[in-house]
Amino acid sequence: MSSHSSHHDHTKLYATTLGGLLVLTAITVAASYVNFGSANIVVAMFIATIKASLVAMIFMHLKDDKPVNAVIFTSSLIFLGIFLGFCLLDADSRDKVVTGHLTWVEEQDREEAKKKAKMSPAADHHAPAAEHH
Amino acid sequence: MSVVETIQHDHAEVHDPHQQHHFATAEQQQDASKIGMWLFLVTEVLLFGGLFVGYIVMQGRFPEAWKSAHHHLQRELGALNTVVLLVSSFTMVMAVQAAKLNRRKQLIGNLWVTIICAFIFLIVKYFEYSHKYHEGLLPFKAFYSYTGPQVPGEFHFFSFYFMMTGLHGFHILGGIAVMLWILKRAYAGEFTSQYYTPVDLIGLYWHLVDLIWIYLFPLLYLIS
Repeated sequence: MSSHSSHHDHTKLYATTLGGLLVLTAITVAASYVNFGSANIVVAMFIATIKASLVAMIFMHLKDDKPVNAVIFTSSLIFLGIFLGFCLLDADSRDKVVTGHLTWVEEQDREEAKKKAKMSPAADHHAPAAEHH
Repeated sequence: MSVVETIQHDHAEVHDPHQQHHFATAEQQQDASKIGMWLFLVTEVLLFGGLFVGYIVMQGRFPEAWKSAHHHLQRELGALNTVVLLVSSFTMVMAVQAAKLNRRKQLIGNLWVTIICAFIFLIVKYFEYSHKYHEGLLPFKAFYSYTGPQVPGEFHFFSFYFMMTGLHGFHILGGIAVMLWILKRAYAGEFTSQYYTPVDLIGLYWHLVDLIWIYLFPLLYLIS
């Protein structure tokens, strides 16, 4: 089927897709100026996913291609989801299991900020950020 | 054109000179190439995926630093680059179609526009980088020397910013190099409706680079 359906001129479809992608870009930039609280990132990721689907389905031809390519690509997204999901589970629960252990980066920063505040009490807004140990 | 000779079968079917012996048909050969390309794109997704996951986990750890740091990025420039990449994706898919439909002039024209868009993207990126360089907003503690008001942990944001956009930028550079090679072959008239696989594959690569930017833009520039 692909050799027959894909040898037509699809310029109109591609131009419409580009138009849609540009409109979605404008929407996502406009939405970033509105404060939805923590929903901002959800809105931005939702719009990005619509845009990514348009690119994959139409520009990358997954809509009319042999399904094997879509299966391969989707599998990478599933594994990325597992990767992200388990990392977030870990990041969210680790402090409850090993108190204070993995926030050492944060603690280092806090200690440094304290040290600096001691050295120059008035300079909390103009303190040089060059990090000395 | 390659050296593969034209083979005549019993049933008098003339083979495309590009078709290799171990494939039954030219279509099967093209499908196999495409599967290979998609597998490569999977590795690309996982390569960038590591950075995306790291970025999101660190954002959870330093939410205030992330909020404060992203004000140093100009979302107008990010949006401009998004538009540039989307347009280049359109001209790329038009180039693939032109190759498929034997329109050599259209193929060459669209490849040129795509390459020019890629350069515009890099030029905008250069201005963004040099602005950050002068302010000292650099990756890693050792290089970060920004002295304005800030929240602890902002250098983590800039480490991710430079790693992610830098890796993406190298992909743009690589894309330009391959597109110039494809352009040279297009001038030589190597691509026809019978054989345009290289154009098809660089198209897939270019769309993936665009797709990654579609996520990078809101994550880096639009978080609040």
